[in-house]
Amino acid sequence: MQAEKPGDHDHAGHSHDAGHHHGGEHHHAGDPSREQLLAAALESLLVQKGLLSSDTIDRIVEMYENDIGPIIGARVVARAWSDPAYKQRLLSDSASALAELDIHMDNLVVVENTPTVHNMVVCTLCSCYPWAVLGLPPTWYKDSAYRSRAVIEPRAVLREFGVELDDAVGIKVWDSSAEQRYLVLPERPAGTEGMSEEELAALVSRDAMIGVATVAPPVRAR
Amino acid sequence: MANAVRTQLDVEGAGAPPRRNGELVFQEPWEGRAFGLAVALGENGLYPWEEFRSRLIAAIAEADRLAGPACSPGAQEKSEYYVRWLAALRRLLVERGILHPDEIERRMQEFAAGERDIVNPGA
Repeated sequence: MQAEKPGDHDHAGHSHDAGHHHGGEHHHAGDPSREQLLAAALESLLVQKGLLSSDTIDRIVEMYENDIGPIIGARVVARAWSDPAYKQRLLSDSASALAELDIHMDNLVVVENTPTVHNMVVCTLCSCYPWAVLGLPPTWYKDSAYRSRAVIEPRAVLREFGVELDDAVGIKVWDSSAEQRYLVLPERPAGTEGMSEEELAALVSRDAMIGVATVAPPVRAR
Repeated sequence: MANAVRTQLDVEGAGAPPRRNGELVFQEPWEGRAFGLAVALGENGLYPWEEFRSRLIAAIAEADRLAGPACSPGAQEKSEYYVRWLAALRRLLVERGILHPDEIERRMQEFAAGERDIVNPGA
């Protein structure tokens, strides 16, 4: 996702294709800016042509402002829980396993929690994050306290997140980078036998895929 | 229900939208509208997202060149981000023949003159 491929960089100067004929004076405060007018004009014309609705724009803005959520990652986890062969592919060659679910990301490493190993993800340098599968990163992920302490005292940090690990469980902390992102495959909770992938996906939280939570058994176990 | 197909916004690099604590931030309402417009049209299949993204990156690069030496990502460049975003969207819509420059200009003048409601432009 970080490959920069500028499609065209041959515009040496301004190339507004239509001249705009302002009188030359500045707008007074309160007058709409040129951008405001342009945004309104585009929306108005596109709605008029039936290419979208204002409701769609509202919905999208709201969704992206409020974190699109980790639903894509949760689907991956649910598939891995449901299909052992898929899980093996996901752990050994995540890019093609993800591609099976129409997710295109070639720098993701999936790390599996087991009864003896708990994985947790951080980006100590900035805020690298597997956006394509987890949506927007949470606030605390970018926090310098989390970024430094996750490495120094992961067990204490996990405890603050409400995860009490037995001393026998080893903790692996994975430091993300622009080249490599991590997704934790949490342990499948007991009491989920026979659940569909969709039901399973609903159990998987963003925090569990960052490795600062575990997946709780369903309230009403089947 | 959220669909699996999502617009792949950049999180880092020149094309990445400004965020605060990981969340997208819009300083003025029109920025949110401009964002929603481009994403909605892409998701409606009017263009592949890369077509928009490449123009956005080009628009930002052009603005950076005009502004002189690049400074660290942050303050100045981010406030201009949605100006570039909107310029890239306009260019894409015109180049794809979806909108004509004249009708855009005319419609802008109607909003400027108060003949249309800028608060609810889609009405």
